[in-house]
Amino acid sequence: MRADYAGAERRLIRELAAEAGLGKRDVMRVLVGTRKGTFRVEKQAGSWKARHLGHVGVGVNFVTRDPHTGTLWAALGHGHWGAKLSRSTDDGATWADATPIKYPAGARYLSPPDPDPNASEEDMKKGPTLRDATLLKLWVIAFGAPGQVHVGTIPGGLFTSHDGGQSFELNRGLWNHESRGGDLVSGPGSGKTHWFGTPASDGEFAAGIHSIVVDPRNADRILVAISTAGVLETADGGNTWRSRNQGMLNDYLPDPAAEWGHDPHFITQCAAEPEHFWQQNHSGVFHSSDGAQTWQKVSRPEQGVHFGFPVAVDEHNGKTAWLVPGKSDAQRTTIDGKLFVARTRDGGQTWQDLRDGLPQDGAYDVVYRHALASSGGCLAFGSTTGNLYLSEDEGDSWITVTNHLPPVYSVRFA
Amino acid sequence: MATVEITKHLWEFLPTLRDKTLTVSAATVAEVVREVVRIAPGFTDYICDERGCLRTHVNIFIGDERILDRTRLSDAVGEDSCVLIMQALSGG
Repeated sequence: MRADYAGAERRLIRELAAEAGLGKRDVMRVLVGTRKGTFRVEKQAGSWKARHLGHVGVGVNFVTRDPHTGTLWAALGHGHWGAKLSRSTDDGATWADATPIKYPAGARYLSPPDPDPNASEEDMKKGPTLRDATLLKLWVIAFGAPGQVHVGTIPGGLFTSHDGGQSFELNRGLWNHESRGGDLVSGPGSGKTHWFGTPASDGEFAAGIHSIVVDPRNADRILVAISTAGVLETADGGNTWRSRNQGMLNDYLPDPAAEWGHDPHFITQCAAEPEHFWQQNHSGVFHSSDGAQTWQKVSRPEQGVHFGFPVAVDEHNGKTAWLVPGKSDAQRTTIDGKLFVARTRDGGQTWQDLRDGLPQDGAYDVVYRHALASSGGCLAFGSTTGNLYLSEDEGDSWITVTNHLPPVYSVRFA
Repeated sequence: MATVEITKHLWEFLPTLRDKTLTVSAATVAEVVREVVRIAPGFTDYICDERGCLRTHVNIFIGDERILDRTRLSDAVGEDSCVLIMQALSGG
């Protein structure tokens, strides 16, 4: 199936511009998911303003727009009431719960047994225990062909709708993948999993899907990135999956080049040059110029380009990408209290640090994996300290839109 | 008939519960929940997970006593019981 999704997005922007009688740049909008609701940032009378758009007081892990329909989708995490998918068909004026995403009965996952001083030695050597899968977190939303909505979750589920979000189904091919322990729905599986966990659900330690990349040329080709397992690809619409971790190197397992156990923090694909993929990983920055068949480490630790969470790629030039580096996995702060964006234009061979307009003293912003976005030469990112920064010149200079948001979870142009 | 009081935190998401004190005919907590769903479709998804187990950060009381069975919600409800469904105070 072929479709021009980047084209659909451009058409949507043109339609919005036509409605408002404005040029493209004048209607650039940013959707921001925060610890306390959804915000929209847009340019009004020459300046960018942020305003609350819904879900007051609710954690919004991700918010984005379906480029085909214009519908806004938000992944909510209620503190008490569970994870909910919310959508708006009137540009955020009103929101309603979408059909709940639920793991089917019998969906289970392998998890290390809890330490139990009262357990027998024999019991403690039985290995991973099977746990019922219940929805801990909705983490990311992506769109495929018209009507297709994909949602990544913790614990480790890819849910897909083929009817515009009226119903969602767990992808069984991925859920039953041998790397995850085989078919744990109808049996005990292999008893061994190569999927580890993430603490990102604020609770149980389980694997999570935070990146879903639909190939702009073919909606049946999808890559997902999992913390902690690595990257997997399907080329047949989700029926079968294979690893895409060739060239990846970790620095926390006995075998740095192990097939599984990698910790991608985010992956993204260039729309116009889709052979180019980028991956900000726990263990460095990686680039692929062959459609994720192989990855090359392009970290430059001496420049601070190594650890971080988000990565954005230019939609036209696959060798141009941006990061917001942090200082080491042990610290996870800015480097020396100075916030900067790193940009490459040559596939990661060289990096420029971009600091004009960003705080260079006493700044301890941490930027989460979904909180950096690029579109049409504009870049925006938000931080856990509630700051939102924006550039209209590919990162050369930055303005501070606001310092007063709740902790920012996601930033997407829409 | 048992009386059911539901936290006002849920009114925003389930507007049909707003300002309502419900009276239901139910012998167990699970039956109470089923009765509430008739008024507020989707209620179960807010207080229970996929398996029907009470979410970690939700409490149900019968009178002053917190229910014991959070898995099947089988605690008995009397004719004159007051059932309170609340967010759990799970931290500071």
